Amino acid sequence: MEQALIELRDVGKTFRSADGSARSVLEHVDFDLRPGEIVALLGQSGSGKSTLLRIMAGLIGADGGSVLYRGQPLYGPARGIAMVFQSFALFPWLTVQQNVELGLEARGMAPEERAARASQAIGMIGLTGFEGALPRELSGGMKQRVGIARALVVEPEVLLMDEAFSALDVLTGERLRDDILELWEGGSMPAKAILVVSHNIEEAVLMADRVLIFASDPGRVRVELPIHLPHPRDAKAPAVRALIDEVYALMTASRAAPPTEAPARPHLVERLPAADVESMEGILELLAARPFAGHADLPQLAEESGLTDEDLLPISSALHMLRLAVLEKGDISLTPIGQRYVAGSNLLRHEIFGQQLLEHVPLIANIRHNLEQEEHGALRAEHFLKLLSDSMNLEEARDVLSTAVEWARYGEVFEYDYHNGIIHLPEGTPLTLRM
Amino acid sequence: MATHKGRAKCIPKDPDAIFLPFQSKWIMDSSRLKLMEKTRQIGISWSTAYGSAERTAAQGARHDEWVSSRDDIQARLFIEDCKLWAGIMNLAAKEHAAQSPAGRNERAFLMLPIRQNLPRRVVDTSINRWDLYLLPLVLAVLILAAYGARQMTGPFQLGTPLPITLDPWSLPYYLLRTTVRMFLALAASLLFACAFAAIAAKYRAAEKVLVPILDILQSILILGFLSITVTGFIALFPGNLLGVECAAVFAIFTSQAWNMVFSLYQSLKTVPGELREASDVFQLSGWQRFWRLELPFAMPGLLWNMMMSMSGGWFFVVASEAISVANQNIKLPGIGSYIATAIEMRDLGAIGWAIGAMLVGVVIYDQLFFRPLLAWADKFRFEESGGENAQSSWLLTWLRRTGRIQALGLTGIRLLASSFTLFRRDYDGTSIRARLRGRLAGLERVWDATLAALVLLSLWHLLAFIHTEVGWREAAHVVQLGFYTLLRVSLLIALAALIWVPVGIWIGMNPRWAHRLQAVAQFLAAFPANLMFPLAVMLIHRWNLNTEIWLSPLMVLGTQWYILFNVIAGASSIPVELRYAADNVGLRGWLRWRRYLLPAIFPSFVTGAITASGGSWNASIVAEYVTWGGTTLKAHGLGSYIAEMTATGDFPRIALGIGVMCLFVMSMNHFLWRRLYDMAQNRLHF
Repeated sequence: MEQALIELRDVGKTFRSADGSARSVLEHVDFDLRPGEIVALLGQSGSGKSTLLRIMAGLIGADGGSVLYRGQPLYGPARGIAMVFQSFALFPWLTVQQNVELGLEARGMAPEERAARASQAIGMIGLTGFEGALPRELSGGMKQRVGIARALVVEPEVLLMDEAFSALDVLTGERLRDDILELWEGGSMPAKAILVVSHNIEEAVLMADRVLIFASDPGRVRVELPIHLPHPRDAKAPAVRALIDEVYALMTASRAAPPTEAPARPHLVERLPAADVESMEGILELLAARPFAGHADLPQLAEESGLTDEDLLPISSALHMLRLAVLEKGDISLTPIGQRYVAGSNLLRHEIFGQQLLEHVPLIANIRHNLEQEEHGALRAEHFLKLLSDSMNLEEARDVLSTAVEWARYGEVFEYDYHNGIIHLPEGTPLTLRM
Repeated sequence: MATHKGRAKCIPKDPDAIFLPFQSKWIMDSSRLKLMEKTRQIGISWSTAYGSAERTAAQGARHDEWVSSRDDIQARLFIEDCKLWAGIMNLAAKEHAAQSPAGRNERAFLMLPIRQNLPRRVVDTSINRWDLYLLPLVLAVLILAAYGARQMTGPFQLGTPLPITLDPWSLPYYLLRTTVRMFLALAASLLFACAFAAIAAKYRAAEKVLVPILDILQSILILGFLSITVTGFIALFPGNLLGVECAAVFAIFTSQAWNMVFSLYQSLKTVPGELREASDVFQLSGWQRFWRLELPFAMPGLLWNMMMSMSGGWFFVVASEAISVANQNIKLPGIGSYIATAIEMRDLGAIGWAIGAMLVGVVIYDQLFFRPLLAWADKFRFEESGGENAQSSWLLTWLRRTGRIQALGLTGIRLLASSFTLFRRDYDGTSIRARLRGRLAGLERVWDATLAALVLLSLWHLLAFIHTEVGWREAAHVVQLGFYTLLRVSLLIALAALIWVPVGIWIGMNPRWAHRLQAVAQFLAAFPANLMFPLAVMLIHRWNLNTEIWLSPLMVLGTQWYILFNVIAGASSIPVELRYAADNVGLRGWLRWRRYLLPAIFPSFVTGAITASGGSWNASIVAEYVTWGGTTLKAHGLGSYIAEMTATGDFPRIALGIGVMCLFVMSMNHFLWRRLYDMAQNRLHF
């Protein structure tokens, strides 16, 4: 077997948050990127896949383990590794041509040769005629083409793509992805291996020879799934559909474990999926109606709802968490409570939601309990933020708390006043509850 | 084209042909000289472009195509057509090659993508008239600048008076001298800002020292220490005027540099993460990154601050040119000395002339320097949305049309580009040199401890100094004076807000006025208000008014405009839908102000008020202590204390006064403005 281009051995990464507490984002990651393959990293947000990509790019150092590029330890950005960014990272004051030439200029290449190579790359990616344009004149898809040309022009051995299509609309993203696959298959792509970080399951299955699924908290490779289907792959083909289903099932597998099982960490500080009430309600209604009638295949639900995997997965895990629906093997079905919820009036919905919160979300139950202990039924939000930031960084703690507040407001469990930062019991809560 | 819809008839014989018969005839005609008399819009440029592209791309082609056109727009359109054809032919060539696997080059344009010599250059056959207009202008500016700079050196002995006349005709000369000094100081500030900000942004250890120093320096004036530096500069160039000139330039520099440094430092710290990563991935060295990423990113803010600095410089032009050292009064030729002399001679007419000259000067350098720079820097705007406030400059338009000046600019760019080759990163990511140096926690702690020790030591020295040199009673007295000035600043900012907030809202909501009046307000903020002081002094003197009250308005004379133009900007950016909503629910009277207008403009008001308050503290030094010939008017306050001590040259007391002012300004920033600012950012943002 050929030598791997990038080898990760037992890589770990810990970030130190502002309050000094350490938080592990990656643990024990082993991974080889070999010549001739496209590998996709899939995982929900916060699973450390972008961090891993940046470690491979030499942008940040790993705390533990070793990172090798062509058998040599990697200390910084290497010439043979280029990257395409999620929000393009074009220099807005440079023209398309200058942006593409950036990497060559940095190497001190002569202007004539630089221009010739850049023109070639620009032609290859279908941007001829736009050489003199400034990025702000271009549409999103065109911008990302510039980003790709800039990466390819330095003739990298490894091309890293950090959610390169997620900032584009679906159609544009698909076209660009097909163009890249065409270059790859046609052999005109200079890169010997491509690593794609994505949260789009279909994209990963269509592109990759290997899919790595990441688990969160801390990030680690949970499943490695080789894909032997020939290119070009048709998203509608049964074999591809089956694979997509399988990946959905794998992605939701950990969530599907009932919350009553022995938890990996205390319940209280469980990370709440970032799902807003509005979308949860929308998905429930969609699920209850035809053609699903209470039971759906997640990929189909994604298509029907028009939501991306990045949005749909947290929503379905939130529904699962509240027992309004159940996730199983990439399928989602309404529970009897979920059915009552959908059938109910607004008032009943609030009530059911509130009950489920108190029963199944320990954090919210805990906050409610604490409020009931207080004479005035009110506490500062910082109090709970501090509690949460014992086990996650401040930013995450804020996210979790704001999700909890949104849910609790809807379920009328407690309220939060933005102006003075106080969490309090809803008006009219019977005083007998307060001690 | 097998089916035709509608009733229109297709006239050409061959409906599939791309060109009309006369067009193809024109292309095929290979005569050496072809003339055509034609009407407009018949597709001749378009078809000629095809011919040019095909000829140039031909395998055996050895010549480039040269096109001369009536104007550059037509020429550019022609080039666009050529590009279009080249693109189409490129495609056609590929398909053709695919059809005939033998791959014979039956079609001439197969070579096109390789040769890449489309006509890209516009060659204007007439003389470039922009050259004609611009060359004299550029030459005149260069000659004047050189003349002004030449005048800065010359024999000079301490004690020989430099004659200053109040003749209005000598004002252009004085204006030139002053302007040259200000631009020298601006250039020095720019260099200083680059070095200082780059170091502070790069090294954490340096940052810990430099940023607090900067925070102090930018909130106070170090005018008081000027006399010390003058002696040093004079000693540097004995027997020459250059020493005094340097001192003057340095004085202006001290009033210009700090906000520029701060803006640059802030920008360097806030370069977007992905761009920084991109510059790392593509192996930009520190030098390359500074020029390609950091400086362009900082450019709009930096330019804005350069303009503020220029106005700030005018404020101190009198103090910087009329220098007293070792009981000698040196008056360097310039507007500042002219004004100082006019004040001594109580010549109000001369003051008027000086103000006029300055206005002319401000307009000239605004048009010739800042306007073109602002218009040029428009491309460095980071937000990708279209610019509604795009600046325009006639000079930049001219420059862009001028071949020779452009060539000059290109040479500069080429030099910079070749410096990139020189200062590039010469190691790869796998080299041991790229190894991230682990943060030496121990050393950092030692450094922190050293800093803390230094701060404590200087605090101890300060206390000892106050104890021995000025005494505690005096210190308490100075703090008390500080409260007087605080009272004045607060009252006047409140008063200015009361007047200008409604006016600003009204203007901002009327888009027809907003744009024009905002520019006027900006200009007023740039105008050195201290030139109007003599007028105030005369009025106060004549009517025998209370100086404690009537000198106060002078402090906000120049700074109130910051409130006005920020409020205008805020009011004009209120979302239209919000306005409709407010009308729709029928908000009226006080409720309309409380629930809609005031919260909507609050963030921009705070921005304006911060600048205005800082400026007013500075202005208090000149506003609380005003002289007009023999008359000196003075109000009790920290500003007048500092001004008085500067006049008598009492260094310990100047230091005490400045220290206390520093304390006041910084605590005001910390306890009031920063909180208001955070609140505005968090809660009252659209």
